[in-house]
Amino acid sequence: MNSFADQLLVLVLLINILILGTHRARVAIRAIALQGIVLGTMPLFIHPVQGHILLITLFVVLAKGLCIPWLLFGALSKIEFSEDLQPFLGYAGNVIAGAVATLLAFVFATRLPLAPHHQQLLTVPAALATILAGFIALASRRKALNQVIGYLLLENGIFIFGLLLTEAVPLMVEAGALLDLIAGIFVMGIIINQISREFSSIDTSRMTALREEE
Amino acid sequence: MFTLLVLIPVTGALIAWLIPSNEKRPWVMPAVACLHLILVVVIIAVPPPQSRNEWIDLDAIGKLFLLEVSALFAACAFYSVSYLHYRRERNNRVLCMGMQVCLAAMSLAAGVHHMGLLWLAIETTTLSMAPLVYFNRNARSIEATWKYMLICSIGIALALLGIFFLAYSTVVAGLPPSLLLEPLQSYAPRLPIGWLNAAFVFLLVGYGTKMGLAPLHTWKPDAYGEAPGLVGAMLAGGLANCGFIGLIRIYQICMASGNVHFYRAALVGAGLLSLFTAAAFLVHQTDFKRMLAYSSVEHMGLFAVALGLGGKALYGAMLHLIGNGLAKGVLFLAAGNIHRAFASKSRDSARGALRRAPWSGALFLAGFFAMTGSPPFLIFSSEYSFFAAAFTQGHPLVGGLLALLLMVAFLGMAMTVLPVVFGEPPKNRERTRYHDKALLVVPPLALLTILGVVGIWLPQPLYKLVNAAAALLEVAR
Repeated sequence: MNSFADQLLVLVLLINILILGTHRARVAIRAIALQGIVLGTMPLFIHPVQGHILLITLFVVLAKGLCIPWLLFGALSKIEFSEDLQPFLGYAGNVIAGAVATLLAFVFATRLPLAPHHQQLLTVPAALATILAGFIALASRRKALNQVIGYLLLENGIFIFGLLLTEAVPLMVEAGALLDLIAGIFVMGIIINQISREFSSIDTSRMTALREEE
Repeated sequence: MFTLLVLIPVTGALIAWLIPSNEKRPWVMPAVACLHLILVVVIIAVPPPQSRNEWIDLDAIGKLFLLEVSALFAACAFYSVSYLHYRRERNNRVLCMGMQVCLAAMSLAAGVHHMGLLWLAIETTTLSMAPLVYFNRNARSIEATWKYMLICSIGIALALLGIFFLAYSTVVAGLPPSLLLEPLQSYAPRLPIGWLNAAFVFLLVGYGTKMGLAPLHTWKPDAYGEAPGLVGAMLAGGLANCGFIGLIRIYQICMASGNVHFYRAALVGAGLLSLFTAAAFLVHQTDFKRMLAYSSVEHMGLFAVALGLGGKALYGAMLHLIGNGLAKGVLFLAAGNIHRAFASKSRDSARGALRRAPWSGALFLAGFFAMTGSPPFLIFSSEYSFFAAAFTQGHPLVGGLLALLLMVAFLGMAMTVLPVVFGEPPKNRERTRYHDKALLVVPPLALLTILGVVGIWLPQPLYKLVNAAAALLEVAR
């Protein structure tokens, strides 16, 4: 069971790199959707199947696999969008940063005082690597839509860590967190729409009206 | 009983959604506010029987926060009726709904003892206020909304990671996993220190972003500067305090672990950094709404320092919870009026508020004195207890820095407030159609009166409540 879960996590790590390396928003949205679906099915392979777990799986797959990508495509379709995402580091730089972050995550995870039955799992390094990938995407992308994708990567990383805790985190909180995430992406989608109308671009580095003047 | 506190504003939001008239809709808010405030007072005066639900437990800290939020919301609600009358061209459905959903989420945050549900409530307050920051629908407000949304979402995501670390620490310790406050407090001495520290750091960063502790405050001047006055009041007096409640809960757990030096040092350090940042940006601040944002950064820093100092400062921190919330209400509502009277929020063009809008000008001045801890207002008492704690509990350096930074902040604010209030109104600027009206002036005046009265004479029940709240924060020995 766990070896299959680990293989899925490797897939998740590869998707991180794909998102950091792509210059097409549509590819990035599809990739984050796929990552969401993979993550959503993971509880099935880690825990004995019960109603609780099935419900979580259904929620997550629907939210991360369908609902959020649909909202993002909706935001994308309403804006005039040049596919070039212009990361500050360049695409190759992003991929290298992502690879280094993944490596560091694995090194760091071996030093963490994990519970004995978690030490051999990929869960913790995969969570850390995905969180770091999210930060790289957030810090290196200028376009609002891609910052949202960075935020989603960050959320996915946190979700992976949460896989260790399915018993501790009640269903209501999980469902609520997902609803909040969907609502958050919905609001962000509307704001992106307004940004593109107001600035004729979703390049957030153009938003400089509010700098502190000295 | 407690459920009603959440349900009343939610119902109010639904009613606001159903009312088609832009003119009548804002009246839902004062009605909801009155019901909410009455219910809060009843719950505090006549505590309902202890509920069986461990998730919901309205303790003294929650009660204080609830009282503050409910009073502030009431002031904003009455103010909004007149304010939205000025803004008839703008559809106010989203504003009326967002304010009430936010009140519901803040009421929930006051009463939950489940770390996950508390996180949800705090996240909901962030989301419900985002469209409100964008009420003015221009390039500046969209930029502010984007920063607010992105930075607060990332912050709150990191807080969730902190909560997961906390839950994981119970797994590593081999204890039954739980996210409830009381079990976590009793487990605390047995939790692995590494995971507990990591949880604390992530929650400090996460809720610190929400509070606006430096250097995580960067969204604040923009959001506070561009949002309408009443939204700014709710952000500074409601949402920021909400982040503080989140921080208080993890503080309660960490303090029970017995290993407290790291937490104390981190809180004092984060607080002093915020005070320093705020003081630096308060000097030469020309935009008086952005000035209020830095003042909020300053007072959130004070909260962190107070938690770090412990002892007598905890009583002051609980008092400050009320003082900060209500004083921010006075300042933002008055600043909103002055902004409208001059159609500018820069101290260079908005001068001589006492001439153009005498009530608002006077309230802004009095609010400034209340906020900076001048007697007789409540914040004088809370700041006094911070100094007393710093000097008598063996932290003279912290006390000295506090005094210095608060003085710089006071002078910095005065350099903006005094010209706005007293100067000569610029001749070349046309008069706007704004005039001080009862509903725009009485709500902040009421808040100011409470601050003054409570500053001179703290009623016995309130005194007991503040003490009980501070006692909950004491390290169990």
